[in-house]
Amino acid sequence: MSAPHWIQPHPQGIYVAPADCWVDPSVAVERALVTHGHADHARGGHGETLATPETLAIMDLRYNTREGAVPVAYGETLRLAGGVDATYLPAGHVLGSAQILLEHAGERVVITGDYKRRADPTCAPFELTPCDIFITEATFGLPIFTHPPITEEIGKLLGALEANPEACVLVGAYALGKAQRVIAELRAAGHHDPIYLHGAMERMCRLYEDLGVPLGELRLVADHTKEEMRGGVVVCPPSALNDRWSRRLPDPITAMASGWMRVRQRARQRNVELPLVISDHADWHELTQTVLEVNPRETWITHGREEALLRWHELHQRKARALALVGYEDEDD
Amino acid sequence: MEEFAALVDALIYTRSRNGKLALIADYLRATPDPDRGWALAALTDGLDFSAVKSSTIRNLLKERVDPVLWSLSRDFVGDTAETASFLWPEPLRAADAPPPTVSETVASLSAMTRASVMQDLPKLLDRLDAKGRYALFKLATGGMRVGVSARLAKVAFGQAFEVEVDSVEEYWHALAPPYTELFAWAAEGADPPDTANMPLFRPFMLAHPLEDTVVDLADYVAEWKWDGIRVQLVHVGGETRVYSRSGDDISATFPELIDALTIPAVLDGELLVRGSHQGGEAGGAASFNALQQRLGRKTVSKKMLTEAPAFVRLYDALAIGGDDLRALPWSERRAQLESLMPRLPDSHFDLSQIVEADDFARLAQIREGARDDAIEGLMLKRRDSPYVAGRKTGLWYKWKRDPLLVDCVLMYAQRGSGKRSSFYSDYTFGCWTADPDEGGELLPVGKAYSGFTDEELKKLDRHVRQNTVNRFGPVRETDKSLVFEVAFDSVHASKRHKSGLAMRFPRIHRIRWDKPAHEADRIDALLALVRD
Repeated sequence: MSAPHWIQPHPQGIYVAPADCWVDPSVAVERALVTHGHADHARGGHGETLATPETLAIMDLRYNTREGAVPVAYGETLRLAGGVDATYLPAGHVLGSAQILLEHAGERVVITGDYKRRADPTCAPFELTPCDIFITEATFGLPIFTHPPITEEIGKLLGALEANPEACVLVGAYALGKAQRVIAELRAAGHHDPIYLHGAMERMCRLYEDLGVPLGELRLVADHTKEEMRGGVVVCPPSALNDRWSRRLPDPITAMASGWMRVRQRARQRNVELPLVISDHADWHELTQTVLEVNPRETWITHGREEALLRWHELHQRKARALALVGYEDEDD
Repeated sequence: MEEFAALVDALIYTRSRNGKLALIADYLRATPDPDRGWALAALTDGLDFSAVKSSTIRNLLKERVDPVLWSLSRDFVGDTAETASFLWPEPLRAADAPPPTVSETVASLSAMTRASVMQDLPKLLDRLDAKGRYALFKLATGGMRVGVSARLAKVAFGQAFEVEVDSVEEYWHALAPPYTELFAWAAEGADPPDTANMPLFRPFMLAHPLEDTVVDLADYVAEWKWDGIRVQLVHVGGETRVYSRSGDDISATFPELIDALTIPAVLDGELLVRGSHQGGEAGGAASFNALQQRLGRKTVSKKMLTEAPAFVRLYDALAIGGDDLRALPWSERRAQLESLMPRLPDSHFDLSQIVEADDFARLAQIREGARDDAIEGLMLKRRDSPYVAGRKTGLWYKWKRDPLLVDCVLMYAQRGSGKRSSFYSDYTFGCWTADPDEGGELLPVGKAYSGFTDEELKKLDRHVRQNTVNRFGPVRETDKSLVFEVAFDSVHASKRHKSGLAMRFPRIHRIRWDKPAHEADRIDALLALVRD
């Protein structure tokens, strides 16, 4: 069987022809199906945006895009034009993230967006969905990537905190998803002290709480003195790690929560002293295991280290192709 | 091995020098002999296991991992040892022995041969986790690259046991890993190692670049900076050694010098090959290129000895006849060296001449002429400076002549390793064979990977990625649109390169984002600068 003609990868996104709509387009379109709120997948300015209520709330916060917002609950099926059914299923990536199942003429296509398989207290778990065409990400698509259990990494963070009671641990974490997950995991590990936030983190954390994800006591760095922050955890966007902003902190130990921290020189390039290998993406084993479990007729790879995942398909005699979509960033995960 | 592996990782992530010193000192105090001695040897690149090479690791992995996945991973990580530590398949059942100690690791690595390594190394690897495997690979192949110089490790040793680092340096070369006597002396107050009759290496005195400093020639003396390799000759107890700047014993490479020095002394000078390239007939020295063919050899043929005879141009005397002169001012050491010269065979030794000038301005003029004489530049030494290890501010300066410049076009780029893994940071550039409008083509003339800032590196990396026209494994061919102003010290004829040229010390001087590629220089311009 050949690839279906009704679903067409273009550099600017995936086009669903019969329904005349796009999935995660990188340019403004008439109708967009959006998997999750990260800026490389969710752009403002679409005529109509179909996404989960959480994703829409995140997009609203970032781009004021209330207009044309069409909420779709997990598990709900929408009948689009041209006989295409769309169902949103949890992807386990960040709050509101969804895989989109498209059905047309007896064929099933799943677009994962970004996803992970590990448990995450801040979002619904990935739901495995059988399909014919599996359109997957490959951010960590190299066999060197094995994400350790998050409890180990949180343990490292708390260990550093305990060993340096006069300092603080400054954690660089992506403002949407990673930051809230690190905070929630710290709470789960019994750390109930106030956590200090960079100003850029505040609104997203409040939104998470409004959407039912408790994060404990959060304070703004700007409102507190060095003395008060000693022995505490501070969370900031990765870009602020080596910024002058961090001078107001008491002897910060620089940490970063990212899957890239697995590679020593990546940590060194960012002057990270305490690398925390925490990722919201599937690692190599999970990427390949998921393909085996979904068992599609064909895998399409949207972005990331697609060469290695293609090679894996070849070695396992599975059909796959790389889509070469533009504009999907992954450097800060 | 776990503690050592933890130390290695902690060193990688620690930025401050004091932080690194504390980590090493803590480890040395907490770890028993001989583990700590082996660890210290590993940190100072003092271990060499002939059976384990980077290629051994690659081959081991390619037996276990798909070669394509291996290359893609290696390319991404930028480090063979680290990639292998990740990709080594975890054993199906738990290892039947605990992780090896550092000493056990060293013992089994030493016992491995080229024939046995493929069977024996896996047994060690199976007893370690990814961090342990990384430390093992680094230890086995030498070159830890954890941002610790041999000097820093010795300073840490001094701090750990509150002893003088200069004494540590001094005894260091008298001892071999695992340095048990050194620890006995420093940690337990035992007698220091007896070094009186050993041909020991003394750390070199080095110079800072002069840059914008102006010195008074009443206080400073000028000498030519010859373009060879800095060496130290030591003769004691009937034995002679030749040491390179890093303290490596290179006596076997220059046997003629061993026989030439028969007086107890420690001498500092420039090793050169006879010729007339540097400074003409009077200069008496061939180009660095001529010397290069003699470097790195374990044995030397008769032909080599007659075709490229080596000699040493002496700069300084650290000891003569058993007297340590290092605390004396330069002028007194110089006087002693001058009176020693008649007793040294002039076939193999001469004296570095003082460059006379009335004042600094006149000296600057003389330096301008250094290029015509194909000399690297000038050295300025304080007349009252003692001979001290390392670079001490204000005592010695090097004043290299200004570099040559040529406009080249970026042709190929390769990813760097270490701190620059994932960045395209190694550049091959070319010049035009003829006017590009009349069919001239670009021919590679050199490679450079320095001279730009981190910010510029990011821009260059982006340029390479966005202007790739071809890929050959890890190498990208670019569209040849970007011009580099390349600085270099000299250029020599070379049969090894297609262009027939080899540049010395090429580095990116400026990135000419503004300059069209067809305006870059032609190869003729470089040929005109050859002084061989």
